Amino acid sequence: MAQASGLPGVVDRIDERAPRRQTVYVYQAPVRLWHWVTVGCITVLAVTGYLIGSPPPTLSGEASDHYLMGYIRYAHFSAGYVLAVGLVFRLIWAFIGNRYARQIFVLPVWDRMWISGLIYTVKWYMFLVRDPKKYIGHNPAGHASMFGLVLLLVFMICTGFAMYSEGAGRDSWQYAMFGWVFSIFPNSQDVHTWHHLGLWAIVIFVLGHIYAAVREDILSRQSMISSIVSGERVFRDDFRE
Amino acid sequence: MGAPIETFYQVIRRQGISRRSFVKFCSLTAASLGLGANGAATVANALETKPRVPVIWMHGLECTCCSESFIRSAHPLVKDVVLSMISLDYDDTIMAAAGHQADAILQETREKHKGGYILAVEGNPPLNEDGMYCIDGGRPFVEKLKEMAADSMAVIAWGACASWGCVQAAKPNPTHAVPIDKVIRDKPIIKVPGCPPIAEVMTGVVGYVVTFGKLPELDRQGRPKMFYSQRIHDKCYRRPHFDAGQFVEAWDDDGARKGYCLYKMGCKGPTTYNACSTTRWNDGVSFPIQSGHGCIGCSEDAFWDKGSFYDRLTNISAFGVEANADTIGIAAAGAVAAGLAVHAGVTAVRRLTGHDENTPPRG
Ligand code: HEM
Ligand code: HEM
Ligand code: SF4
Ligand code: SF4
Repeated sequence: MAQASGLPGVVDRIDERAPRRQTVYVYQAPVRLWHWVTVGCITVLAVTGYLIGSPPPTLSGEASDHYLMGYIRYAHFSAGYVLAVGLVFRLIWAFIGNRYARQIFVLPVWDRMWISGLIYTVKWYMFLVRDPKKYIGHNPAGHASMFGLVLLLVFMICTGFAMYSEGAGRDSWQYAMFGWVFSIFPNSQDVHTWHHLGLWAIVIFVLGHIYAAVREDILSRQSMISSIVSGERVFRDDFRE
Repeated sequence: MGAPIETFYQVIRRQGISRRSFVKFCSLTAASLGLGANGAATVANALETKPRVPVIWMHGLECTCCSESFIRSAHPLVKDVVLSMISLDYDDTIMAAAGHQADAILQETREKHKGGYILAVEGNPPLNEDGMYCIDGGRPFVEKLKEMAADSMAVIAWGACASWGCVQAAKPNPTHAVPIDKVIRDKPIIKVPGCPPIAEVMTGVVGYVVTFGKLPELDRQGRPKMFYSQRIHDKCYRRPHFDAGQFVEAWDDDGARKGYCLYKMGCKGPTTYNACSTTRWNDGVSFPIQSGHGCIGCSEDAFWDKGSFYDRLTNISAFGVEANADTIGIAAAGAVAAGLAVHAGVTAVRRLTGHDENTPPRG
């Protein structure tokens, strides 16, 4: 087969010219791995968490024949552990990885460039400007929402492990590390309620996140979804003035 | 002043309690405190040698259910011994003296045992109108409370009232009733919550404090660890049904008859720290869950204000709405999803009508 695309190594059936594209390696493998592991954990946590709040209909027969709530809670706690370990690992990677690995942990509100970028991006989402700005890492609106998500995950982990410590006991390491939550909410019923509201805050993040990822992928002339899979950001237009 | 200070043992012998009963009391106290094999001897030794610790028992805004519970302790012996010791000093509800005479005793104890007595408080002080809503001996209770606390060794907060505020502090709390730790800030306070607390827990706590002259180990919330470190849920005999996923779904269903878990009926056992599921009530006869009713969380902070006793997901009342976490969450997520759908629609229309010049170059 002939090399018809005009790009070295690219093979096309018909004679079509692929424009030259600039590609930057943005999301290193550990970041991508963390992203998708977290997606899996959150899916499990959201479903099992909802079922802990509103359990499925009663099962008949001997109690010893079933362990349904036990398994639901077990799945929740296991996914919770993976989520927490993952976030710690991701934080460590922020120090080791490239500059884009640090983004979601720092909100550069002191940076005027960033603030004006944020305003511009919000305008873009409000249909007030024609073209979006292109970013190698997250755009400022995405950046801000991901920083918010990290805070939310920290909140879920703290309240989650605090509730876990109630079962694990007062001499558990979970209580030693997260028992302070009960100084803020002396009645653990409040911890349950806030943890439960956290579920919906995360659902709202995910809705907006997936919508934005798909929309930007289509409209912003740069790759999005494939970037969080392959790590590479492809800019579909050549930079022109 | 100057009179030799009696030991607890001398006092109870004077009250007509036999040596045999005393030894029994020591064993029971040691057992309920989980003190181990030599516990009884330790207790006996302490009571025989250490000067008696006086106890003052005051009543603020309350229903007296704590006293009621206390005098119904499962072991009459414990009750008799502890009561005889307490009534020695001051408890306006059960003491013989009244009026000025009683007030005089209070002042006398305060001066004679400065820094050495235990102040047990049942109920709490209302602060509105300078404490007018609870007048005790012609003065606002809050003044008396602060005064007595100032010269005490330590303070016991009996029940949900003194510990957390309970019903008189529930919204909208017109008298501005507050738990006692809001007005007593410089003394160790031991909280013994419950509405009322279990009798055995109360005698156990008093027994410990007067025996050893110090507070038992407290948790983060100021509760004695020995009685409040586990939830009702952790020791509930219906727990196997919870783990299995077998719930009472309605008060008269088959599950209710079979004694399934009351989680879906709003049982607060999973968030309530108390000893009911181990100690039970009234001589160990029963406790709410055993009678087929969920725990209402009576020993927890603000349990009156945490929504219905019969809902698993309780209502949150904030910003003028009354709804549970799922209702709020689904409404918010629905609104966001609808907003995104509109946004997507606008995006598509603009792209199709050519408002959006940012289209890919097509060859
Ligand atoms: C995305 C993160 C998470 C979500 C969406 C989530 C969701 C939920 C929900 C909805 C509940 C039910 C609350 C209720 O109504 O009582 C729950 C309970 C719970 N979650 Fe999570 N959770 C998350 C993370 C965690 C983590 C990291 C842990 C830590 C191990 C954890 C531990 C718990 C525990 C211990 C309970 C209480 C279980 C019980 O009472 O039986 N959660 N979670
Ligand atoms: C539970 C669901 C999800 C959560 C919590 C989540 C969270 C995140 C976070 C925190 C980042 C930042 C990554 C970093 O810089 O370390 C991110 C990036 C990204 N995620 Fe997700 N994600 C979820 C689901 C998804 C799904 C289903 C998709 C696919 C449609 C997706 C597509 C992306 C894309 C494209 C990026 C890169 C955005 C950019 O380049 O600015 N995410 N996500
Ligand atoms: S009845 Fe209440 S305390 Fe007992 S297992 Fe069920 S939820 Fe827990
Ligand atoms: S079961 Fe619950 S509501 Fe009932 S007395 Fe015990 S702690 Fe209070």
